[in-house]
Amino acid sequence: MTPNRPKIAVVTFLGSLDDHDAAWALAAMDAEPQLVWHAETELPKGTAAVVLPGGFSYGDYLRGGAIARFAPIMEAVTEFAAAGGLVLGICNGFQILCEAGLLPGVLIRNASLSFICRDVTLRVERTDTPFTSRCEQDQRLRIPIKHNYGNFTGSDELLVELEQKNQIVLRYHGENPNGSALNIAGVVNEAGNVMGMMPHPEHAVDPLLGSPDGAFILASLADAAREQSAALV
Amino acid sequence: MKATVHVRPKAGIKDPQGEAVRGSLAKSGFDIVSVRIGRVVDIELETADREKAQAELEQMSHDLLANPLVESYEIELLEES
Repeated sequence: MTPNRPKIAVVTFLGSLDDHDAAWALAAMDAEPQLVWHAETELPKGTAAVVLPGGFSYGDYLRGGAIARFAPIMEAVTEFAAAGGLVLGICNGFQILCEAGLLPGVLIRNASLSFICRDVTLRVERTDTPFTSRCEQDQRLRIPIKHNYGNFTGSDELLVELEQKNQIVLRYHGENPNGSALNIAGVVNEAGNVMGMMPHPEHAVDPLLGSPDGAFILASLADAAREQSAALV
Repeated sequence: MKATVHVRPKAGIKDPQGEAVRGSLAKSGFDIVSVRIGRVVDIELETADREKAQAELEQMSHDLLANPLVESYEIELLEES
């Protein structure tokens, strides 16, 4: 509970794969990660941010994230987000946030119809979010993706709105790996406290893992969570 | 009561699967304009009340079986068997 190590809840759904990696990476950012089981109905006391990790919750049956969004913990996450709480969804977590209506749009099958697992280059479009405060405008980040359903799409009106309201935070730079509309790799909600991204920052927080660039995202989140914690005390 | 829910990608929404199948059919020599791939869900409900069934199917289609942002659905209530 010390404000120096903000408590960040990492939700484990049935089929989550990256919950432990996310927790490890957050700890490396001087946060205090806490794994929270999907069947819980409340977030731990003092939670300053929530991460929905990657994986294949419920086997991706129906659509990625479609079933996980009905997990008991999601009610608490939705309330937390509505109150302005910080929520980051990574990969499957992004899909869950879209299905839950906490983020706009939807992630459909990759244009190639194949599972893609490799490093991609991202461009940072905004640095005024709690998830990118440590980044520079237009900074390039090298972060891996690994997904089947990463192709962000929505109605034409929605896509126009996302541009107008400046909700696109991360775009694929150079090659678009999955056919995503407007090269979208990460978006925030209108209020800016909920972000979803397909690339996995938690798999890129150390040069030994191929790239340290994911730390820009997770350390930004830890900073913002630290401020939230300080405000809570 | 039995029902079938048909889920389809909405017009204008990309359908990579349909596009791939279209390409494959075209390569096999078929003259294909377009292919769109959806999903068929057969459901058997406890209730025998058509109105109740219709309302329940509407809700489950909207909330789970389809993502109304990109998919449309059609509910077909089947006659009592």
